[in-house]
Parts: sequence; C-alpha cells; structure tokens
Amino acid sequence: MIDTLTQKLNEHWDLIISLVKIGLLVFIVLTVNAYLTWFERKVVAHMQSRWGPHRVGPHGLLQPAADGLKFLLKEDPTPNGVDKFTYYLAPLMALALALTSIAIIPFGPDPIVIFGHKVYLGIVDLNIGLLALFAITALSVYGVALAGWSSNSKYPLLGGLRSSAQMVSYELALTMSVVGVLLMAGSFSLRDIVNVQALHADRGIFGWNIFPQILGFLCFFTAAVAETNRVPFDLPEAESELVAGFHTEYSSFKFAMFFIAEYTSMITVSSLCAIMFFGGWLSPFPTTWTFTHYLPSLILIPFGLFVIWDGIRYETIFGRIILPGVGTVITILGALLIAFPIVNEFIQGPFWLLSKIFIFLFIYVWMRGTLPRFRYDQLMSFGWKLLLPVSLANVVITATVIMLRGH
Amino acid sequence: MNVPLIVFFALAVIAVLGAISLILQKHPIHSALSLIVVMVALAGLYLLMGAEFVAAVQIIVYGGAIMVLFVFVIMLLNAGTEERTNFSSLAKFAGLPLAVALMGCLAAAVYSSNEQVQTVAQSGAPAPTKALSAQLFQEFVYPFELTSFLILVAIVGAMVLAQRDRKESHL
Repeated sequence: MIDTLTQKLNEHWDLIISLVKIGLLVFIVLTVNAYLTWFERKVVAHMQSRWGPHRVGPHGLLQPAADGLKFLLKEDPTPNGVDKFTYYLAPLMALALALTSIAIIPFGPDPIVIFGHKVYLGIVDLNIGLLALFAITALSVYGVALAGWSSNSKYPLLGGLRSSAQMVSYELALTMSVVGVLLMAGSFSLRDIVNVQALHADRGIFGWNIFPQILGFLCFFTAAVAETNRVPFDLPEAESELVAGFHTEYSSFKFAMFFIAEYTSMITVSSLCAIMFFGGWLSPFPTTWTFTHYLPSLILIPFGLFVIWDGIRYETIFGRIILPGVGTVITILGALLIAFPIVNEFIQGPFWLLSKIFIFLFIYVWMRGTLPRFRYDQLMSFGWKLLLPVSLANVVITATVIMLRGH
Repeated sequence: MNVPLIVFFALAVIAVLGAISLILQKHPIHSALSLIVVMVALAGLYLLMGAEFVAAVQIIVYGGAIMVLFVFVIMLLNAGTEERTNFSSLAKFAGLPLAVALMGCLAAAVYSSNEQVQTVAQSGAPAPTKALSAQLFQEFVYPFELTSFLILVAIVGAMVLAQRDRKESHL
C-alpha cells in the first residue's frame, strides 16, 4: 500500500510539487498584497502627518482582513448597458495575467531537497523567462482597456483609452531598457541573469548590473511604473479628473480583482528590478564576509524585541496580548536562525531578494506619497522623447562596450 | 494520442473557433478580442514546436502592441455595432470558390508530402533563439535590414501624411 503510494508519488512528482507550489505562491502573494495595502496606507499617512488605519486590530493590522471581508460581502451590482461578457472578462483577465506573471520569478538560488527530489524556489524556470514576462505584460493592458470600454460610461472609457495609449508608448521603452542586461547575460532566463552577476561574487555589490546598466535601470523602473499604472503615471484612474478612471463602474469583488492585480504587478516589477539590476538573491557584501550571514537574525531579533516592548504598552488589551506574542515569535525565529547554520545559509538568498523587493515596494509607496501626477501631454512626450532615446542609447553603448571587450 | 498531439488539436480548434468568431461577431471590439484569441493560440502552437522566441514575440508584437492599437482605435472612434450588409457578390462568386481551392491545395500539399507532418519540436534541434538570431543577423542580414528600412519608410510616410493634414487645418 505504502509502496504503491510512493511509486505514484514519484511518477507524478513534478505535477504534485507544481500544484503545491502554485497554491502556496497564490496564498503568499494574496496575503502580501493585503498587507501591502496596509503598508501603503500607513506609510503615506505618516508622510502626511496622519495616523493611517489604527482602529481594526493593533496598529490597524487587521484592516486588510476587514477590507477583504467587505469586498466579499458587498453587493455587486452590474450597471445597465454594460457589455456583459467583456465587463466580466476584464477583471478576470487583469487578475489572472498579474498572478501568472509572478510564477516566472525565481525566488532563490538553491533547491530544497524533499524526498530526494530537488525543488527550486519559484514555479517555473523558463529559458525565455523575461520574454514570457513581457508577453504577459503586453496582454495585461486589455484588462484595463476593456474594463474602461465595457462599462459604457464616459469616465471609464477615457481611463481605458489613456491606459492603452500609455501602455503602447511605454512598452517600447520598457523592452528596450532591458536589452543591455540581456546582452550582458546572453540569455533570457532570469536565473542566468543573476548567475552572470554572481561571476564577480568577491566584489559584492560592485558585481551587480546596476553599475554598468544605470541608464537601463532608470528607464526600466520608470517605464515599469507607467506599465503598472502607479503614481505619477496613474492617469487611467486619475481620481481628480476621471472619478476613478477605468474601474468607476466596478464595485465589490470585481473592483478588488483590479486592486489585487495592480499590487501583484507591483511585486512583479520590484522582483524584476531586484533580479535584473540588483543581483537578485546575491548579497551586497563580498562572499568572504561570512559574518554578514547573521544579518537576518540581527534584524529579526531587535525587531521582535521592539514589537514586544511596543506591545506591552499598547492601549488595548487585545493589542497587549497579540503584539508581544508576534514579537516573541519573531525573536525566536531570529534566535533559531543562529542555532541552525544550515537553515541560515539556505535563507541567505531569499532574504536578500525579499529585502530588495521590499525596498522597491517602499519606493513605489514613497512615490505615491510625494509625486504629483503627470499631465497627459507631459506623459506622452516624456515616454517618446526621453525614455525611448535614452534606452536606445543604452543599447548602443552596451553593445559597443561588449564588442570592444570581445566577449 | 499522446499529450502534445492533444494540445496541438486543442490549440488548433481554439484558433479556428477564434477566427470564425472574429468574422461572425457583430461588435468590432468582440472581433478584436477574437483575433487576440487566435494570436495567442498560434503562439501556443509555436511553443509546442519548440520556437519559444517566436511564440513570445508573437504575443508581444501581435497580441500586445498591434492589437492594443486596434482596440485603442476602435475605442477612440467609439465604433458601434456594425450593420449587416448583404453578402457582396464578389465574395459570393469569387471568394468562396477561391477559399475552397486554397484549402484543397493546402490539403493536397500536406497529403502528398513524403515527410511526416511535425506538430511538436524535434529533439536535438539547436537552441531556437540562438539559431534564429544567427540566421537573421548573419545569413539573412541584408533582407532583414531591407525589411527594417521598408518599415522605416512606412513610418516616415505615415508621419508626412499626418503632418500634411495638420498644416491644412491650420490654414
């Protein structure tokens, strides 16, 4: 009985592990999305001298759960005169494509060995990884454009129009800006792109692509922010001009789907920036500095202790119970990492990648808190007259240098 | 039936259904959506044959850029449901027989070819992206550059036409 079960497991191992990984990743991404909204509201609030969410749970930490519940339970009216099929298709498309794109990101260098099988972090390693990502991004504009059109209402239509024009304009710069990285790596695979940056591991941070490709990075990040429709490029939903832009006529969970799609693509873009330009899972320190491997514990333990200290003085009893509990868990995790060096070695890669992703997510929120929106003609001339030529120049420069150095 | 063959037929059926829906849909946006389905299904077929690069480019260029422009123009002009016209007589008397003849030719060519028709990638083929770039930039570099030049001419032509319109409106 056990034998046949093991045999079956071995036969369908790839399928089973893929399904488990997909389930896990979707769960993690949705949770991170939920807390990203909390993080964004909190950070923007503090930038504007406000408190942000603080009623639901200690420090408003249960606000995402409350929001999610509201989205699920709210009435979901379909306005008259919408194009039903497209109206329902658009949010589905946006969400599905955003979630698909994150499946291509590799999250760490070393495979975990489970029952003698190597399991890599990340769902698929495509040898056309980057191209596949661009293909998915290219399709994701339809989510927004069709939502705007199918709503049969003028503000959403304007939002949809703006979105498609913006996507077409910035996609070119987006694609051209990574050609430099591709030339240096000689491969479309995201894993290869990181491995090329690891060739000079003794140099640490100076081996990363960001130094030779600073132009490429600036173009890529700007174009990517435009592709994700975030401030200062959020013209498709400019609330001061278009009510809520393309999703004006959507409410309840269909609106939540657009929301989740937007935040998921923020995570994808942040991961891409980290992987292509900032060395992915590589540590910024030279490999010989082994003491930096204690950095995760050094961050976790003080943070955990701070949460405990903060929690015992919290104003509600609920918070006084929950926060010290969470803090204790974090502190213990940090201590366990010191106790088990094998685990500590293993989490180095994911730790650095996730830290870099977090920094980019913070930059997204930071921009949201500080930058004003572009005017529409500024947006267009910026994309065509500045970003595109600069990214083209970057390609020419990179190609020339690579040719002169002869490899 | 092995798995690749099943996938092949599934994608082929999707592509054909998309193409039929493209013709039968009354609203331009629905037609455009059907065309996107065809493009993506074709990309799937390329992928099945091991041409990953062509598949990705098919989606990026056709599924993405070009169709976004189509959708953009349809939305911008706010084109409504098209009115059914009578079947044009040219299509009736020349189009249908020609379509049948083309189908017949293709079927005959496939039927009479000695080689087995391939639906999946052959094992041992060179890495497709590298092979493709070598072909494009070494063997066929002049035709490739000429095509680029042609596209450039078309772009400049479009610019000239657009500019001429603007000048006239200023007068």
